[in-house]
Amino acid sequence: MSIKRSLLSVPLRLSNLALLFFLFMGINAYAADPSVSDSDDAITAGRSLFNANCRACHALDRRGVGPALRGVTERRDIDWAKRFILNSQALIQAGDATAVALFKEYGNTVMPAHTFLSDDDLNNLLSYIEYGDTADASAAAVGEGVEGEQATGGIPSEYLTIILGVLVLVLLLILIVLGLIISVLTKYLNKQPLDQEDKEFINQKTDIKAVFKSDAFILIVTTIVLALVVKTAIDGLYSVGVQQGYAPTQPIAYSHELHAGQYEIPCQYCHTGVEIGRSANIPSANICMNCHTHIQNVDGQEGMSPEIAKIYAAIENDQPIEWVRVHNLPDLAYFDHSQHVVVGGVACQTCHGPIEEMEVVRQHSSLTMGWCIDCHRQTEINTAGNQYYDKLVQLHSETKSSLRVKDIGGLECAKCHY
Amino acid sequence: MKENKKTYWKGLEQLTNDPEFVKNADREFPEAPTVSAEGGASRRDFLKMMGFSIAAASLAACEAPVRKAIPYVNKPVDVNPSVPNYYATTYSSGGDYASIVVKTREGRPIKVEGNKLSSITQGGVNAIVEASVLSLYDKQRLTGPMINGEATDWSTLDNAVSTALNRANNIKIVTNTIISPSTESVLEDLANAVGGADIITYDPVSTFGILQASESFYGFSGLPTYRFDRANVIVSFGADFLGTWISPIEFAKHYSKGRKISTENPNMSRHFQFESNMSLTGANADYRTPIKASQSGLAILALYNLLARRGGGTPVQATTVEIPNLERAADELWAARGRSLVVSGSNDPNVQVVVNAINDLLGNTGETVDFSRPSYFRKGNDVQMNQFVSDLAAGRVGGVIFYNCNPVYDHLRGAEIAEALPNVGISVATNETLNETASLVQYVAPDHHYLESWNDFNPKAGEYSLAQPTITPLFNTRQAQDSFLVWSGSATNYYEYLQTSWRNTLFGGQTDVTDFTEFWDRTLYNGVYSVAGNGSIVELSGMGNVGQAAAEINRNYTADSTNVELVVYQKVGIGTGVHANNPWLQEMPDPVTKATWDNYLTVSQRWAADNNYRMFEGDAKMARITVNGKSFLLPVVVQPGQANGTVGIAVGYGRTKAGRVADGIGINAYELLDNSRGFTNFEVLTGVTVEMTSDSYKVARTQTHETYMRREFVIQEATLGEYRENPAAGRYFPEIYSEGEFVKPSKISLWNGHKYSQHHWGMAIDMNSCIGCGACTVACQVENNVAVVGKEEVLNRREMAWIRIDRYYSSDQSAESYKELEVASDNPEVVFQPMLCQHCNNAPCESVCPVIATSHNSEGLSQMTYNRCIGTRYCANNCPYKVRRFNWFKYHDNKDFAAVNVAQNSDLGKMVLNPDVTVRARGVMEKCSMCVQRIQAGKLAAKRENRKVIDGEIDMACAVACPTDAIVFGDMNDTNSQITKMLKIQDSISATKEVNEERAYHVLEEINVSPNIWYFTKIRNKDKNEA
Repeated sequence: MSIKRSLLSVPLRLSNLALLFFLFMGINAYAADPSVSDSDDAITAGRSLFNANCRACHALDRRGVGPALRGVTERRDIDWAKRFILNSQALIQAGDATAVALFKEYGNTVMPAHTFLSDDDLNNLLSYIEYGDTADASAAAVGEGVEGEQATGGIPSEYLTIILGVLVLVLLLILIVLGLIISVLTKYLNKQPLDQEDKEFINQKTDIKAVFKSDAFILIVTTIVLALVVKTAIDGLYSVGVQQGYAPTQPIAYSHELHAGQYEIPCQYCHTGVEIGRSANIPSANICMNCHTHIQNVDGQEGMSPEIAKIYAAIENDQPIEWVRVHNLPDLAYFDHSQHVVVGGVACQTCHGPIEEMEVVRQHSSLTMGWCIDCHRQTEINTAGNQYYDKLVQLHSETKSSLRVKDIGGLECAKCHY
Repeated sequence: MKENKKTYWKGLEQLTNDPEFVKNADREFPEAPTVSAEGGASRRDFLKMMGFSIAAASLAACEAPVRKAIPYVNKPVDVNPSVPNYYATTYSSGGDYASIVVKTREGRPIKVEGNKLSSITQGGVNAIVEASVLSLYDKQRLTGPMINGEATDWSTLDNAVSTALNRANNIKIVTNTIISPSTESVLEDLANAVGGADIITYDPVSTFGILQASESFYGFSGLPTYRFDRANVIVSFGADFLGTWISPIEFAKHYSKGRKISTENPNMSRHFQFESNMSLTGANADYRTPIKASQSGLAILALYNLLARRGGGTPVQATTVEIPNLERAADELWAARGRSLVVSGSNDPNVQVVVNAINDLLGNTGETVDFSRPSYFRKGNDVQMNQFVSDLAAGRVGGVIFYNCNPVYDHLRGAEIAEALPNVGISVATNETLNETASLVQYVAPDHHYLESWNDFNPKAGEYSLAQPTITPLFNTRQAQDSFLVWSGSATNYYEYLQTSWRNTLFGGQTDVTDFTEFWDRTLYNGVYSVAGNGSIVELSGMGNVGQAAAEINRNYTADSTNVELVVYQKVGIGTGVHANNPWLQEMPDPVTKATWDNYLTVSQRWAADNNYRMFEGDAKMARITVNGKSFLLPVVVQPGQANGTVGIAVGYGRTKAGRVADGIGINAYELLDNSRGFTNFEVLTGVTVEMTSDSYKVARTQTHETYMRREFVIQEATLGEYRENPAAGRYFPEIYSEGEFVKPSKISLWNGHKYSQHHWGMAIDMNSCIGCGACTVACQVENNVAVVGKEEVLNRREMAWIRIDRYYSSDQSAESYKELEVASDNPEVVFQPMLCQHCNNAPCESVCPVIATSHNSEGLSQMTYNRCIGTRYCANNCPYKVRRFNWFKYHDNKDFAAVNVAQNSDLGKMVLNPDVTVRARGVMEKCSMCVQRIQAGKLAAKRENRKVIDGEIDMACAVACPTDAIVFGDMNDTNSQITKMLKIQDSISATKEVNEERAYHVLEEINVSPNIWYFTKIRNKDKNEA
């Protein structure tokens, strides 16, 4: 390392340029480098390395805290890429032009050193970056183009309103035209010689008061009003204590849309308890600091963002951040995240909604017992590869229907209440 | 029909059909419930309030309160909210010892369980150990150091104490037995640093007699290891080895090994007990003989002579005494030489010398009396302590340090100590609370609770264990050993001291592990460490002089004393009284008397008859007991089996500065003890008078609550001989007449039955192993957040325990008339039956609930859903086992119950609650849930790991706590589970299991509620059924 550093720190721009030239020359030779293979093994190994070490700041096809990485083996020399991954700061301090440019471009964000990675690891990582998860690209595209997704899903809601408005307008016009026709026709008929009976018929006035006083009208109106009142009352009673849509202001303006949506940080990175126990865990300040030691502001702005400063303050004052609890299950209900996420394989979004799109977290589901039970009635059990369910699957195979949560006692009281 | 059956009775009032008893027998709860306990609100007020509160609640509901979610600032790596952690550590209080595993949640210890790796306690615990977790959150604990009653800081205290200690001459360090080698060495360091202080060790309930006898008989001062598991014949003279004597958990574990019986192994030990009070151990004996305390020494001497004649030994001069069953005991002991054991609870060294001689004669020394691994549970020296008190009273002591002991309360000369303490130059105490002793000293340096401390233990030669903190200290306390190190001028802390000492001794003495950190971590993880090999072999030298001991015994004991004799005993729950401020222990019914929250005088039935005294339910009268000039008033409880002419009083009561739970209950029996013969004598043979007074008193006993209305066959028992001939002996097979023939009740059912496709949970309770100790009841209380209701509510029959232990006495079967049946036997047989929700497959409670708050699930459990319950109590009315408990009050956050239900009424106390179990509200029914939270957690763990549930990984709190493994829980659908094998279930699919084990029966089988809990018949190792 020291030799490399002394070599590279020769303050001759020319030699650096020459070096770069040679490096670029080398691209053609390296592009076909078999060390970056597209074998599945390499990609799988690379994926887990990437998720563990890079995912927090990088995505393959989208700019995050750091640049989008796919194609890096074509853009850069592989050796250089490896050196950058291993210790980018060393390269930057050595004055490597590309590295310094990158560092500036990304707001002087320090990428931690990964000197623990072996050469094989690096190859696997690059394999994944180059060939892995092309679906990732589409997912990212969807994530970025929310409107696009809605367009494919049918007519967007704004258009629907416009169409409805136009329809109402057309109907109103027809009504006016019809009214005009009637008045024209009446005028015309009044000019014609007609007998008394016909005249009366033509000029009759509707007695609105009589209509209002008719029993039928009163009955209908009363029934409708009563029905509405009862419905509102019932709805109101059912929603007592239901806080669907609850989106309180949090002490830190933390955005899931930014972290989970744009940066695709996996939920479990912060919510560490979700696979091991009942509680998903609101991340402690030290988890925030894993990234925010390096990232102190958004989009390369200078100084520290006031929101991020609150995390620093919490750590310095040893005062926990008092988040406002959004999802409040009553104490009498026992809910276990690991049961649903690990055993059931339920996605976070199933209950929490499109969390990766929420600037401020809101309670997506009603969290009522009826809502739980409905899901337990419909959800098929994730029995694949789980020996625990073997006997149940075998016994249930006699019946035609699929094995749902309700079939194995998922509606029983003591599943959740004890 | 009746002629061959015994009469079972729970209390004398049942036997005599007392009118008060009959009136209440068919009611689970007494008439006209008082509602005073919640500020005098009447039912009508409640309804008025209800209307308003519904309106208020709906308004309030519009704006839900903001709830915070506060994460850690720095989350510790190994603490995950909602995921429990377990730490192996050690419980020790004086010489009481248990290796334990502590369950912590979010850094709070919430449950204590036994450590199965320990070769001593073997995974067992008792009620006191179970309950000890609550004392961590005791409001009475000191929050920081004190000087002369004023709060101070540690450096001020250290300066003052160090200066004063250096100035003082003739310093004494007073302690109870210490079984921690490092603590002993720290104390020695301190003693040397202050110029040679004496360390005085005493025990509130001392075994000085045994220590002295081993010294004079074998030339070795120490306790042997008693091996009840190796003994085929056990003879105990007043030693309550299953309840309170020396190491009861270990002994119960061992004892139960000899009491397990099956068709493959139809053998069990035979147990003789000779005692004055009815103890837990006596209640479990096959042959129990009540003897007067004044005869106890002579009885042992007589046994020695009987054996000496058989073995060619030299009989000694002995006053003749007539003791039933003694001859038989001698015969059987002789037949089982080397496989028998004689123990005595006496503290008289002469008696213990004879006991040693008997065990020697029988060849038991080295077999059942194992000196190769001597135990260190008791080291107290009565003579030294006596001398110390005399010195103190005479002003010859310059300074005194009390290390976690309370002699002002628990020494018979406590009053003298209290009087002399203010005149001592410097007095220091390390007690956790400001108890009777600590409140009289100048400097209090409060110790950590044991769950906050580091320590090591050496309970037996070659056996070690560690204690580690399971929580950051709650208060500004400091471990006493650290205080001692500071005062002796050492710069090291106790944790380092401990490690250094282990590095030098135990680590150096082994070769398996080369890295000390690894050795330390492994030991810490296991909690225990055994030195390989046979431990230290103790050289036993010479034979003591039996003749001299016999002469002493002849002088001090009489065969025909007419005096009233007082025998002071320990209660299983309260022990020496150190933990008296624990409401779980106070409310635990005494195993034998079934009394809660009280101290009383036990008298024999004959004494009661002579004094024309009858008691029914809790209505008792007070008696004035005078012991050598000291006079007290105590309620009188008639105790069948009490030796006539003796009375019993338990120690552990009469606390004045224990805290608001224990203060003012009963009297301090330590003051009544006698030390005229050089040792603390728990048998007071002269100078005792008892007079009845006319003062009334209520004793809260649970014994007659929840009776079975004289239904028979709740208890099914047989003798060993009968069992060997027919394994189904004692069983009752009810038959019901239906469609022209008699059929089993299970053949007739209204119901279609359930289908249990995955699990079918069940429980088997072996009444032969159950010793009735009550560890399960406390374990259940801890695990399930069961409320403590206090004495008044127990009197109202509203105790909340989910599992109770029914204690039945049985009379002689030979009674010929009904009148005779009503005469209680002076010495009845006793059966213990743990009773909990039977989780019936045809549950009568489930079908009567109007709101389906109780229902059956697909795994065989009867579920109770509190948030549905509207409190009609139909279910309790319809439960044939009377195991449903109703919340008459809001027991949590209610100032009226704050004094007793401490675990649910203050922020500190609430830290002990199990976060996985709901704290029930007023007006709902509750009952055993079969620890459904443990079942759910176990299933989830299996599912997460993609595997089946392993038998044994899910276990009930009661079953885990049981020191005799009498309760076995498991999945009856699992063909390989222990319970399936025990019950010999062949068809494992249908809900109603075909059980082929002959001893297994359902309580009240005739009503075919089809419980999922089986009981195994009680087998007595007796020749014939005799009471």
